[in-house]
Amino acid sequence: MAIDCLVLGAGQEVGKSCVVVSINGKRIMFDCGMHMGYLDHRRYPDFSLIPNSQGRSSGFDDAIDCIIITHFHLDHVGALPYFTEVCGYRGPIYMTYPTKALAPLMLEDYRKVMVERRGEEEQFTSDHIVECMRKVIAVDLKQTVQVDKDLQIRAYYAGHVIGAAMFYAKVGDSAILYTGDYNMTPDRHLGAAQIDRLHLDLVISESTYATTIRDSKYAREREFLQAVHKCISGRGKVLIPTFALGRAQELCILLEDYWERMNLKVPIYFSAGLTIQANMYYKMLISWTSQKIKETYSTHNAFDFKHVKNFERSMIDVPGPCVLFATPGMISGGFSLEVFKHWAPSGMNLVTLPGYCVAGTIGHKLMSGKPTKIELDKDTHIDVRCQIHQLSFSPHTDAKGIMDLVKFLSPKHVILVHGEKPKMASLKGRIQSELGIQCYDPANYETVSIPSTNYVKAVASDAFVRSCLNPNFKFLKSSTEDEHNSSFKSRNCMPRLQVIDERVLEGILVLEKSQKAKVVHQEELLLMLGEKKHTVQHAYCCPVHIANLDSTDHIDGCLWLRLFSTILSDEFPEGNVQDFGGHIQVESFHMSICLKDSCPYRIDDNPQNRSECLNCCCTWSVEDEKIAWKIISILKNFQLEFNKRSTWSTRHI
Amino acid sequence: MKFTCLSKGGGFNFPSCHILHICGFRILFDAPLDLSALTIFSPVPVGPDGLSGEEALCCRDLVHAEPCYKTVKNLHLWDASFIDVVLISSPMGMLGLPFLTRMKGFSAKIYVTEATARLGELMMKDLVSVHMEFRQFYGDEESAFPQRMKWEELDQLPSRLKEIALGKDGEELGAWMTLYSAADLKDCVQKVRTLKYGEETCYNGTLVIKAVSSGLEIGACNWAINSPKGDIAFISNSIFLSGHSMDFDYHALEGNDLILYSDFSFVHTMDDLDSEFNSASGTDSLRSLASADGILEERGKLAFVCSCAVDAVKTGGSVLIPIDRLGVVLQLLEEISASLDSSNLKVPIYFISSVSEELLAFTNVIPEWLCRERQEKLFSGKALFGHVELMKEKKLHVFPAVYSTESLMNWQEPCIVFCPDWSLRLGPVVHLLRRWCGDQNSLLVLENGIDTELALLPFKPIAMKVLQCSFLSGINLRKVQPLLEILQPKVVLFPEDLKQVSSGESMPFSVLHYSENETLLISSLKSSEVELPMELATQFHFKKLKQEHISVARLKGELLVGNGKYQLISGSKQADQKCRPVLCWGSPDIETLLAALSQRGIKGTVGGGTMDSKFENVSVVHVHEPNRACIEIRVTTSVVTAADEDLASQISDAICSVLAST
Repeated sequence: MAIDCLVLGAGQEVGKSCVVVSINGKRIMFDCGMHMGYLDHRRYPDFSLIPNSQGRSSGFDDAIDCIIITHFHLDHVGALPYFTEVCGYRGPIYMTYPTKALAPLMLEDYRKVMVERRGEEEQFTSDHIVECMRKVIAVDLKQTVQVDKDLQIRAYYAGHVIGAAMFYAKVGDSAILYTGDYNMTPDRHLGAAQIDRLHLDLVISESTYATTIRDSKYAREREFLQAVHKCISGRGKVLIPTFALGRAQELCILLEDYWERMNLKVPIYFSAGLTIQANMYYKMLISWTSQKIKETYSTHNAFDFKHVKNFERSMIDVPGPCVLFATPGMISGGFSLEVFKHWAPSGMNLVTLPGYCVAGTIGHKLMSGKPTKIELDKDTHIDVRCQIHQLSFSPHTDAKGIMDLVKFLSPKHVILVHGEKPKMASLKGRIQSELGIQCYDPANYETVSIPSTNYVKAVASDAFVRSCLNPNFKFLKSSTEDEHNSSFKSRNCMPRLQVIDERVLEGILVLEKSQKAKVVHQEELLLMLGEKKHTVQHAYCCPVHIANLDSTDHIDGCLWLRLFSTILSDEFPEGNVQDFGGHIQVESFHMSICLKDSCPYRIDDNPQNRSECLNCCCTWSVEDEKIAWKIISILKNFQLEFNKRSTWSTRHI
Repeated sequence: MKFTCLSKGGGFNFPSCHILHICGFRILFDAPLDLSALTIFSPVPVGPDGLSGEEALCCRDLVHAEPCYKTVKNLHLWDASFIDVVLISSPMGMLGLPFLTRMKGFSAKIYVTEATARLGELMMKDLVSVHMEFRQFYGDEESAFPQRMKWEELDQLPSRLKEIALGKDGEELGAWMTLYSAADLKDCVQKVRTLKYGEETCYNGTLVIKAVSSGLEIGACNWAINSPKGDIAFISNSIFLSGHSMDFDYHALEGNDLILYSDFSFVHTMDDLDSEFNSASGTDSLRSLASADGILEERGKLAFVCSCAVDAVKTGGSVLIPIDRLGVVLQLLEEISASLDSSNLKVPIYFISSVSEELLAFTNVIPEWLCRERQEKLFSGKALFGHVELMKEKKLHVFPAVYSTESLMNWQEPCIVFCPDWSLRLGPVVHLLRRWCGDQNSLLVLENGIDTELALLPFKPIAMKVLQCSFLSGINLRKVQPLLEILQPKVVLFPEDLKQVSSGESMPFSVLHYSENETLLISSLKSSEVELPMELATQFHFKKLKQEHISVARLKGELLVGNGKYQLISGSKQADQKCRPVLCWGSPDIETLLAALSQRGIKGTVGGGTMDSKFENVSVVHVHEPNRACIEIRVTTSVVTAADEDLASQISDAICSVLAST
């Protein structure tokens, strides 16, 4: 099984976000946006490319298991009514509560602009929007939603606009995260994106600012406020073309605050009832805003704007300073264009533009260079003499934010969408080289395939689980020979400890025909099989040569054991040498003085030396052979040692 | 797994309380307060007019002291520091929580839904504030307040009060506590970990805990707990369709192994348990689960209250509604104002409580916690509850207290007043009830389940009309069986009170019954599972055993416990020592062993089989080449004797190779 990721929109561009991902047989469409820069068929994603959607009566219902919309911006939701009402998709659609509440406003506003102002043929009707939104299932943040038996989705706070969410989707053992647009720093009215540490096969991230690193916001906010203040004190008019939702509220909170502080009386207008109506929604959606607004809502709701009034078309040419929020943003048409036509020729006035404008809009033209003349069409042009202020704060994350998120999540693969090709390529390089994560930046209509994670499930016996959960660490000195030798030389040094936990190694995976795989503890296996354990033991009756060993010493072997014990304790400072009087024990190694005439474990029996020999009968099990042979080598070299220590040992004996 | 019911509770305001012992963790469900016991206290200093009858209780018999609060007595038998997790199912289940959190050594993780945490906090804040008010008005211990009753003198209480205070055998005395302080409350709220509906949280890697809406109240929830030892659903009082809070989400509880059924609402409607429980059958029950009759019945009750209120107002009387149930209050606000409008009455509605403003503001910013109809209001841009408009139109006035400046400036009678506390002992209700109790045109609306006679004792004689109504506060017994058919558990735990009805053999699951303060042992529900990643599993060395159909492999890697699952991951650094099998079984065949030895260049001969002292068969193999060595083979042990390390290890390798091993 694999994860296939088909990019229908926002591949190496910004606009009409739409990615169709199939995970282990389930297919999810993330976002269903439209492109603001096009008016022909290119404005919508090419839905016919979705696998399995052709030649079936049920069409997209079989092809797609669910649609997930990350936020209410048109480049993420704009094609949804078209897809559900015109193309006929009837499956489930998920979005957060604020998105479900606000998306219809955006769609309706857009439809009006298209149909009523531009006189275009409508792509979908008001009823289509209502019908479409009726199918939407609203979800809360962090709520785990079971779409069907196998598919699970979950929304995380993304901070980009109110209700924006990153979506986690899990099918079987594979999981992905689609970020949508997100912001890693909090702003006036929204918090920063928040995510859990998830195990992910794939992250699909936006990359609007793939190479930009932004500094503090406050300086940029001050810049904006100063530009506005300068303009109105020169009796100029300020045009702020924005979309009704999101940026409008953020800037409005900013201005309200400033008006209050500076005691300004200049009116602030909203162009349509839309924005004021939108504030009503914001008031109910307090729990999706920033911490500060959440804390103060019960005494003063931050979206109750005191200085804001409604704007009538007749007021366009009324002299005197004012601030006007007009839709749509980017001056792509509609009322903001109308006002722009009137106000742009005056040098006293100011137009503020958002940080990003889609190519093809007037906003984009104003930003690229300093045009003095803008051609609307063949016949009309506008003289531009007004000030242009570009807002440099943006609700998108910067490159550092993207890198931070990817590093935090450490997915197996990353796909970048929603950005500009050259910048994305550079970010892709950074992700691969700095984070060592495979990264892709597919163009529209390309498919990226990555392998998915799969687990084999096995029943675990209680004994195995219990033995695994009870700590059973072993602390060992560094195990390799040469290190051992070095510590041998400098005995006073603290031995390098190694923590070894071999509990899992005691587990055994059992596969039995026509039964579920089972993990048992090794002790249980024999019981299961009805077999008896067979232990392989080692034994060696080791002769220790001791010169001038006379018969009295021979009889009192215990004294020799004491002596060995002291020497061994010196050699094994960890303290696992135990002296039981009759025998010495080190781990499973067992040693006693052998007084038998013929011991079955005596290999090199040499009767001539018997009088000079003390026999130490040793047994041990396989695990401890290292220790055992080390002890035996000490015993064999005992003569040497003994001579060195003769003065000490005689005294002792 | 062990389950102990600490208290069956008593209705909506006093939820049940249990402890579950699972996977080595102790989970406490709810920490409520029995506020109905407050009725033994006197709200006001008693006047000389109290007629002391022989039999009947009179106002003087009440306890004249600063009120204490009754907690769950059996909870005190447990060491709070041994509780690992506390799950709070409703705002009412949170009222006793500060008693726990202020305890020394208490360190449990407390999970509460966001909405419950906020509502619970507001309720407790109000409780602390009305209690403070009591002290301010009547003084505390040291003041001149006539301390007629001391705790030591409880024995002299009339038997009826004594039973409330001490329980049947006097064992409940320990349950009484003096109220927590505002600081305790603040500290408690900070210790709480809040959740959304449907949010999964993991405790200690082992338990995956999820709150799902129960429909009882805004933020109220049932719990789904997944553990390696089985999946458990805890069902508290639940309502299928609600007029304000999100509906009972029973689909989220499907397919659990065990259901802890803790909806005790049947206790108050136990007329005909048997027929109720068994009347519903198969197919039509599925449909009826979420049918609207419950909600229609509730609407009917609300409409009746409204009509009574309108009647009272028409005759010039005022209406006092001391009900704490948020859902009822919010809906009554809407309904009553509509009724007043339709009868063209201009009567002010007051909502008096120290937290009223915060409470009403809060209810309008939580669309995610409300029922479908209320959510639709969000989507069409309207306020979630009617009170927003009512406040704007100045039909509804919100005051922090009766004596606040705003209320004194605006007060107008007749009026309709919503205020705590339903036990009629604390807060604004006491003042207003004193004022109106003699007015036969006025109306008092009480909730069922409180001892009216005792509650009204201090206000006697009463001329005012009293309307007592019960509101739905749990699953209708008729719906229990169809519900369980959908949930398909393996085992269900019912309270013992349902024994005669719920022990039928017809059910496709086994049924256990629990009773208060008895620990029930539940046998294992399922065996644990471990997940092995494909990549790792393919690295294992599988060995086919002589039992042909079985193959075994020794595990490698590290065991990860997380999200209620055991997962094997490839170990970070495997100090791969000599790869020798650790476990051998069977007995080596001598001929095969000799062959295996000669493969390794070792030559040996078989010495004669002997019997050793224990009459065990012993075979001996003498090795001559490359060096002298000896192998002693018994049924369950082999002993290798060799003078050098290399040879010894070669021989033991050979033995293992001819044995079955892993």
